[in-house]
Amino acid sequence: MTENALATRGINKRFGSLVVASGVDLTLPSGARHALIGPNGAGKTTLINLMTGMLTPDAGSILLGGQDITALAPEQRVRLGLARTFQINSLFPHLTALESVALAVCERRRVAQTWWRRLAAYREEIDEAHQILTALALETVCHRRARELPYGQQRLLEIALALASCPKVLLLDEPAAGVPRDESKELFAAIAGLSRDITVLFIEHDMELVFRFASRVIVMVGGSILFEGTPREIASDPQVRAVYLGESRHG
Amino acid sequence: MPPAFGVLFDGIAYGMLLFLLSVGLSVTLGMMNFVNLAHCSFAMLGGYVTVTLMNFFGWPFFATLPAAFIVAAAASVVLERSIFRRFYHASDLDQCLLTIGVVFVSIAAAAYIYGTDEQPVQLPDFLRGSINFAGLNFAVYRLFLIAVALVITILLVAALEMTRFGAQVRAAVNNQRMARGLGIDVDTLFAVTFALGSGLAGLGGALAIAMVGLDPSFAFTYLIYVLIVVSVGGLGSIAGSFAAAMLLGVSDIAGKYYVPAIGSFLIYLVMMVLIMARPTGIFGRRQA
Amino acid sequence: MTTATIAGPHDALQTQARWQWAEIAFWLATLLPFILAPDYLLLASQVAIAALFVLSLDLILGFAGIVSLGHAAYFGLGAYTAGIVSKWGWGEPLTGLLIAGLVAGAFGYLTSFIVARFRHLPLIMITLGIGLLLQEAANSASWLTGGFDGLQGIHTWPIAGKFHFDLYGYTAYGYALAVLFLIFLGARRLTLSPFGLALRGIRDNGERMRAIGAPTRSHIRTIYTIAGMIAGIAGAVLAQTTETVSLEVLGFQRSADVLVMLILGGAGRLYGGLLGAIVYMVARDRFSGLNPQYWYFWIGLLLIAVVLVLPNGLFGGLSLLTRRTKAAS
Repeated sequence: MTENALATRGINKRFGSLVVASGVDLTLPSGARHALIGPNGAGKTTLINLMTGMLTPDAGSILLGGQDITALAPEQRVRLGLARTFQINSLFPHLTALESVALAVCERRRVAQTWWRRLAAYREEIDEAHQILTALALETVCHRRARELPYGQQRLLEIALALASCPKVLLLDEPAAGVPRDESKELFAAIAGLSRDITVLFIEHDMELVFRFASRVIVMVGGSILFEGTPREIASDPQVRAVYLGESRHG
Repeated sequence: MPPAFGVLFDGIAYGMLLFLLSVGLSVTLGMMNFVNLAHCSFAMLGGYVTVTLMNFFGWPFFATLPAAFIVAAAASVVLERSIFRRFYHASDLDQCLLTIGVVFVSIAAAAYIYGTDEQPVQLPDFLRGSINFAGLNFAVYRLFLIAVALVITILLVAALEMTRFGAQVRAAVNNQRMARGLGIDVDTLFAVTFALGSGLAGLGGALAIAMVGLDPSFAFTYLIYVLIVVSVGGLGSIAGSFAAAMLLGVSDIAGKYYVPAIGSFLIYLVMMVLIMARPTGIFGRRQA
Repeated sequence: MTTATIAGPHDALQTQARWQWAEIAFWLATLLPFILAPDYLLLASQVAIAALFVLSLDLILGFAGIVSLGHAAYFGLGAYTAGIVSKWGWGEPLTGLLIAGLVAGAFGYLTSFIVARFRHLPLIMITLGIGLLLQEAANSASWLTGGFDGLQGIHTWPIAGKFHFDLYGYTAYGYALAVLFLIFLGARRLTLSPFGLALRGIRDNGERMRAIGAPTRSHIRTIYTIAGMIAGIAGAVLAQTTETVSLEVLGFQRSADVLVMLILGGAGRLYGGLLGAIVYMVARDRFSGLNPQYWYFWIGLLLIAVVLVLPNGLFGGLSLLTRRTKAAS
């Protein structure tokens, strides 16, 4: 109860001489809505990769609900309730939306190894998948292949896949990236509709999203956390502005 | 003479040959991740160029060597521009299938034109026989082969380390995306590297005739050895290819001499163990 | 109202699982050779064996995305096991089949630990290596396998004491076809199961599978073991119906041939592989009189053409055609 949903302690990671994470201490209390911002190359996605286990830190530890998961494989962390979405859509192109989410549900329920029963017989799993898709306004396209969906709906399917593993902590990597303005309404609704039981950390460049959904903002630069505060504090901080304005001259 | 020295010498000569055959594939695989199983078809082509020029047109052996290089390089350019370049981002499977198709066609064509027998080639007199040095017999042709391979290795290393072209190749192998971002024309670079690598294979094929023989199955038989060298040595690494080629050359000859009953088995086993232990090869890099 | 929205997805998935008319017609057609082409029953049994072998490759390659250049290792292992068991005095075909399947499946299980850990070139090399290793081992262990000369002294007993294997091929084709059909039923069920979906997920995006908590390596080990077992059974049928086994059952040529058949027909659809096997084996039989060089020349060109133009093979092309004609009409 008093345990943080997710915490990192002293995470260090370097690739040769390139330091991508340096002494990263991050804490996510239960039910939090935190945003992680920073210029490109600051190490935000790398941090998510470290948290989910796709990368191994050189030093430091990661705690999920108080449990040390630093040595666990990515799929084991998912089973314990840590899910993520990808900045660039990482879907199953040839599977339909329903199949994709049903697959995630079946994996969670550990029935994906059964090869002697038809998928159609797993009514509960299919129902659950359908419910998740409906909640994200995707039920009308549930029989279309992921590769055929418009980009905005693909981004929503990204989130649906993550939600199918019933996460306690959800890491969203730039959920609005590349989504055209006219399709972002559903996306915003989806994020707003996320249950309060789920702790959310999202990386974003879209400040509108940050202001609307985040209760706390963490600023990361060059692999380290520079500053942490409420959205208002961050927006008015001169150091943060310098970091962003400095970057935009190059970018 | 202690047979061990003879085995070592033969092994080194064989290793040099394998290096010439493999280095092109290692670099192009490292740069573009294009699985070109037809690499030894270019080697075979070089071999048949030499045979044709010598036996049908009466060319001297040395003159055929650059011709083998050029023809193999030219053929690779044609294939690369027309078909291969569309598959640089295709799946491993598609690349394998496409290039296996080319191998089949090349083997069939070679058998059709030249028949399935081993091709005879008359080496110039001064390359035949052996030299006696310090009580040991060294086959002249193998010395020649080692010399040629060493010269080419030095040229390759010099080109890579000291020319702008070489620097660009190293950059592209290391991190293709970054290289493009720096303004390097990776596509042209790759086409040139591919041609050079295939040309070297062609040269290797020409040199191989007098050492291991040439027949249509060459394109496949030596593909296996080349793949072993490249996988064990590491993609994109000349030093790795050299080390792995030496290792394989000496092991193969030693195996066939000392334990002929299970020689090949040991080679394949060791190869698999090495690949499993270090999937990116001895000198390989992580794919960026 | 809620029932109406939920019934939709279930309906779609159930329709997918139902037997189509074309499928039933296909399997009925496999009985035709008994009536229409009794002189070709031995060829037909070879086709059935090839189809079973292709089926096993389809499961790992078409569904799970594992590129193997050495699948003949399991085929050959099954062939040699069945042959050796018969040579040593036990020629009963059905039990021999089971034993061969178990041995090949066990080897598949052991090697699956290695195969599941690698991708791209290392995986290709390892599968190639497994095939080469086994062939070399078989060559060396000539006291067991007959070495270069092949296995002699295989005699297959009649099935259930009644159906003799003879030169007419009735029993051979009936046996091969029955084995093919039964295993096909199992494979079909597998592809329509949650496991089949998981395999397609692995082929489509292995990284995402891990991100949804899927034990990808475990899945790969399972399907690789199953595929090894099926390939071994196909090899055993070959050994039992032809009463010979030689080193080529383990060779690269056989691994390459089965790969070509699968790609030609279309990977990932089960029927594609069967179609590819039929076309390839029948065509090869037609052209076998000619110079073998011609055969590999045209196969090479065909392979290049398929990769360039028909990525889903003949079966994919056919389904595209039927979909277009349906849409037009």
